[in-house]
Amino acid sequence: MKLIYTDNNATTEVAPEVLEEILPFLKGSYGNPSSMYSLAEKSALAMKEARAKVANLIGAKPEEILFTSCGTESDNAAIRAAIYSYPEKKHIITTMVEHPAIKGLCETLAKNGYHVTFVPVDKKGRLDVDNLLKSITDETAVVSVMWANNETGTLFPIKEIAHEVKKKGVLFHTDAVQAVGKVPVDVSQMEIDMLSLSGHKIHGPKGIGALYVRQGTPYSSLLIGGHQEKGRRGGTENVPYIAGLGKACELASSHLEDMNTRVKRMRDRLETELLKAIPNCDINGDRENRVPNTTNISFSSIEGEGILLMLNELGICASSGSACTSGSLEPSHVLRAMQVPFTSAHGSTRFSLSVHNTEKEIDYIIEKLPPIIARLRELSPFWSK
Amino acid sequence: MWEYTQKVKEHFLNPRNVGTIDNPDGVGEVGSLACGDALVLYFKLDDKGRIQDAKFKTFGCASAIASSSALTEMIKGLTLKEAEKITNDDIAKYLGGLPKEKMHCSVMGFDALKKAIANYHGEEATRKEGTIVCECFEVTDVEIKRAVKEHNLHNIEDVTNFTKAGGGCTKCHPQIQDIIDKTFHTKPSEKKKEKKLTNIQKIKLIEKTLEQIIRPALKRDHGDIELIDVTGNIVSVRLLGTCAACSKSPVTLKNFVESKLKELVSHDLLLEEVKE
Repeated sequence: MKLIYTDNNATTEVAPEVLEEILPFLKGSYGNPSSMYSLAEKSALAMKEARAKVANLIGAKPEEILFTSCGTESDNAAIRAAIYSYPEKKHIITTMVEHPAIKGLCETLAKNGYHVTFVPVDKKGRLDVDNLLKSITDETAVVSVMWANNETGTLFPIKEIAHEVKKKGVLFHTDAVQAVGKVPVDVSQMEIDMLSLSGHKIHGPKGIGALYVRQGTPYSSLLIGGHQEKGRRGGTENVPYIAGLGKACELASSHLEDMNTRVKRMRDRLETELLKAIPNCDINGDRENRVPNTTNISFSSIEGEGILLMLNELGICASSGSACTSGSLEPSHVLRAMQVPFTSAHGSTRFSLSVHNTEKEIDYIIEKLPPIIARLRELSPFWSK
Repeated sequence: MWEYTQKVKEHFLNPRNVGTIDNPDGVGEVGSLACGDALVLYFKLDDKGRIQDAKFKTFGCASAIASSSALTEMIKGLTLKEAEKITNDDIAKYLGGLPKEKMHCSVMGFDALKKAIANYHGEEATRKEGTIVCECFEVTDVEIKRAVKEHNLHNIEDVTNFTKAGGGCTKCHPQIQDIIDKTFHTKPSEKKKEKKLTNIQKIKLIEKTLEQIIRPALKRDHGDIELIDVTGNIVSVRLLGTCAACSKSPVTLKNFVESKLKELVSHDLLLEEVKE
């Protein structure tokens, strides 16, 4: 059975070119980039090139890029650095729909003397920007707003928010893990202080990420240790994966157009055809402002886990915001923040495409999903035709 | 990914007995959309009083659907007396086990069966016994106590796995912990720091402690107690019934009433007896 992978917001397939880039540093070129011999020089050079490629993807200078172990580390490092730089300021502003990396950290800080404002969204998942800006006080240490939502793909107006936040002289961080590689990201045109990205969402390996820190932004290291990354992140560098991340960023730049034309068309077709074929379903998120690869559809009266397992039987990989699949008993915090009714939230299903998907695969999903939904609805006491 | 057994997968992908029964002899309905799972169970008896047919409709995860399917297979051919003996563990066993986070799915089957049998006996769709502890999933203290006892659950996470209680806003966690502590007679955990109570909270808690713990104990000896006033940390009470005339009343007050109030309300409370 052929695998149809449409869960690219969860993780992506490592691109063959990326693997090629990684392998030499796992086989022969094992030198520590800090050492003083030719073997080490290869590693140092690979890092330099990778740093330039990452910087190039987001319009930064190479020296503004820090390598981390993942998106979560980047997020933690950014927020911790901000509050460490302004120890007297005890207020943080973020949104109600952040990834757990920011949400969890902010909830922990809220239990440890910080006041956190979680700015709400409307039913389409659009951020209440006025509310956010009004929440800024002299006490605010940092504002952190995700660029694109991982569940619905909704994009927030980061350029505008960053501009307004900076006018008030407050640090601005964005979790761009789901935006990078899907929409153009150019920090040189925006007033962003810190930006997180992750390797495995853009066909790089898991376990590698980066943090952009604008030149001149106060920063202190999350991992205290050696002099690596100019003292901004201790720990011997993960050279193989850093090289892989560089390649992944280079590929992401070159795929951006395909992503916003062909992939977007496939996503739109998948969505339109499913809405046509299946009664009582809705799109979650802001259809006008979304990353091009994501659709989040709620099928009323059924539970997402059943949908995923039946898709899995056909080799189709997708995900759900339902309670059953998350291991908790409540549906996703993003859908709840958007006030999606329970009848729809439990049956939400997300398809997130990549440049590796084909029109044929979309045809297959369009053919196979409607009978699955009909079958599960037949089982449901809440479904009546 | 959940580790479902082959049997769970098989019953999910090919559920038996899906549907409804016209003019059923018993119907049991549990759960709701908000809870994330719900089950309606129907059965019909033959002329010998055995379950001739059973059908279900379920909204929920794969294990909820598999549990419902398994349940209908298990009860067919049984008398209601025999069916009554089926427990949620039997359902889980039939399926070769369930992940512990999914045990509540088998509990749902068990509850639906109980309700359907009660429905057959003409009993009203009974209101839930006890008082609601978990408001998110409408679980009562009686249900939690039963689960804690029957399944030997020693922490909140396990209680949530079996009953769903505490799986939402988590506000009821202290109450669930309290039920666990009481069931196993463990002392309230030492690390639990006393919360600063407002005056109203303090008075309410004193009243509750008197009502639920102290008065029932005194009444066993035909005594009683009345709360007169609370000023700061001084609690004024009047002893009634046999206690009022008892020569040991100062001992009762000091050793029992005061120490209970200190333990359950606030350690700095002092008791003062008001006599006529």
